[in-house]
Amino acid sequence: MSQAELAPAGTTTARLGPLWTLGILRSELTTTLRRWRTLALLGVLAAVPVLIGIAVRIETADGSPAGPGGGGAGPAFLSQVTNNGLFLVFASLAAVLPVFLPMAVGVIAGDSVAGEAGAGTLRYLLVAPAGRTRLLLAKYAATLVFCLIATLVVAASALAVGALLFPVDDLTTISGTRISFGEGLLRAVLVAVAVAASLIGFAALGLFVSTLTNSGIAAMAATVGVLITVQILDAIPQLSGISPYLFSHYWLSFSDLLREPFYWDEVLKNLELQALYAAVFGSAAWARFTAKDITA
Amino acid sequence: MAPNDSADTNGSAAQGTTGAGAGRRKAVRYIVPVAVAGVAAATIGLVPALASSGDPDLPKITAQELIEKIAASDTQQLSGTVKISTDLGIPSMGGLSGSFVPDGAGDKGSASADPQKKLTELASGTHTLRVAADGPDKQRLSILDDASEYSLIHNGDQVWAYDSKSNAVYHAEKEAGRSKERQSAPEGVPTTPKALAEQALKAADGTTSVTVDGTAQVAGRDAYRLVIKPEQSGSTIGSVTVAVDAENGVPLKFTLRPSSGGKAAVDAGFTTVDFGKPDASSFSFTPPKGAEVTEADEAEGHGNAEAEKAMGGLSAFEGMNVIGKGWNTVAEIKTPGGAALPSAEPGDVPAGAQQFLDALGDKVTGKFGSGTVFKTRLVNALMTDDGRVYVGAVTKDALVNAANQAG
Repeated sequence: MSQAELAPAGTTTARLGPLWTLGILRSELTTTLRRWRTLALLGVLAAVPVLIGIAVRIETADGSPAGPGGGGAGPAFLSQVTNNGLFLVFASLAAVLPVFLPMAVGVIAGDSVAGEAGAGTLRYLLVAPAGRTRLLLAKYAATLVFCLIATLVVAASALAVGALLFPVDDLTTISGTRISFGEGLLRAVLVAVAVAASLIGFAALGLFVSTLTNSGIAAMAATVGVLITVQILDAIPQLSGISPYLFSHYWLSFSDLLREPFYWDEVLKNLELQALYAAVFGSAAWARFTAKDITA
Repeated sequence: MAPNDSADTNGSAAQGTTGAGAGRRKAVRYIVPVAVAGVAAATIGLVPALASSGDPDLPKITAQELIEKIAASDTQQLSGTVKISTDLGIPSMGGLSGSFVPDGAGDKGSASADPQKKLTELASGTHTLRVAADGPDKQRLSILDDASEYSLIHNGDQVWAYDSKSNAVYHAEKEAGRSKERQSAPEGVPTTPKALAEQALKAADGTTSVTVDGTAQVAGRDAYRLVIKPEQSGSTIGSVTVAVDAENGVPLKFTLRPSSGGKAAVDAGFTTVDFGKPDASSFSFTPPKGAEVTEADEAEGHGNAEAEKAMGGLSAFEGMNVIGKGWNTVAEIKTPGGAALPSAEPGDVPAGAQQFLDALGDKVTGKFGSGTVFKTRLVNALMTDDGRVYVGAVTKDALVNAANQAG
């Protein structure tokens, strides 16, 4: 399909209006969420809090505090889990955020365009009078919805396991002040949204990688490879000069939402950074995808 | 994959003029991401430069008037965020100190939230603190760590410390005595302003220049910069700058620069500040369920034994002389029985440790004999081979001079 054929397609969509875009998004979402691969990913994510919860429960069965040596080591918030099941939500999110969660997003984002191209279905998608820009936007939106769903799956599973295995009560913020359980739940939702928003930039990067190749596997591997590389770069102290610009640098800033009062500085920095990544790699993906020759 | 890759080039070559146009249009699209990245980079580079250039325009004021302003300040309520960066140039021992000095995380015996331990962490690196104060009875200081927080709360006669990382609580009643030193938690609000001003002016006498050096914006507030510089040479302290709020005289930023130049040794200032009444709930604390609570009395019993041991060791020193005055004050300490650096008896120390000690210090000789100088960016110490120690915030040469005069 060449540029010349695309132009009339664009004019058709203008008449169809925004509902049409929602239609593509809906079909994108159902296709993505119905895949066995997606369901398996969500299943693995839901299993993480179960594992952590059972491990902490067994370790503290004799009354000893969680974590080696009286707490401190291991994922954040682990030492509070035994006293309040709600903390399992935060501990689980802190545990899945560095690797599992972005890996799942990388698989979905990397597969979004390249997978269709590899399977030979991309050209049929483009036959629909939606235009490439809209299709790309719908793909990106579907990926972002998956980010939110994945985060909420982890949070919900953690909340269920936490309520089952540990007492659930009023919450002590990490600043030492007390808030009611209802407000604690509200904070958990806020934290989940913040975690999902942390993945906006990485999802755009995955989408860009996905437009570069026609092999879904290659795109997923490259996206996850970038993730691991960036995490390593962020951990090297000699490279601290560049680390504030790495998309994963402020990921753990969601814990600032558990302070009293909120400490917004790093959360906002994280959102700015994610928006920047989304703008740069989103537009790069657009530049690549709208100019690409689709042969498969 | 291969057919698609070649199709790109084949297509534009075969289509001739229209193909070349399409190719150019394709390339033009990539300008968008490049432009976005460029604008972002320019913003990151320019915004701090623009923000720092806007020094506020304030009426001229003398140093005397500014110190009076500080003295007259009666601000009792404030809350804000403080950033502290310290670079004292203490030889970094990296993993060594990590494995030998038990900190909060590594301490297996007692996961206590003892404030003494925690506050020493502030002596190096960059930390973000939150402070809140409401009169002399209610103060709060929190150290913000990654995914955890250390809070010190003083409310009436109760002092609580909570470490969210280890879920440990430290509790003291005011009668316990040690709470007094913690009362000074909120920096920026001098408890006796008058005394502070008088003391500052007296200390400045003859040895120090105190000037007002322009204005600055600190935490969004207009401030005067009070610069204190030693007039004598030989001090390692280059200058001390205090940014004072132009409106209510509260010190907002404190910067200590070493005379050797480079990064500030201590840089502590508000990044946000609010002089309204802080939320009452921030001063209340109930230990969370399951937290390990250490009472000050227990900790004290433990600590006292240690302190007594340390005091016993100290009293063995024959005495402390003070040499010089003002900024160039050097303390002379005679160690008991003339016991000196391990270098005096090389047989006692493993060769590795000897090398390690030598690497830390510089060998010097003078009228006093010979010794080793241990240097940090602010405080230097000379340990002579016959067991005297000279310590001061002075340069190596000044230290040797002091030792020569004393010896």
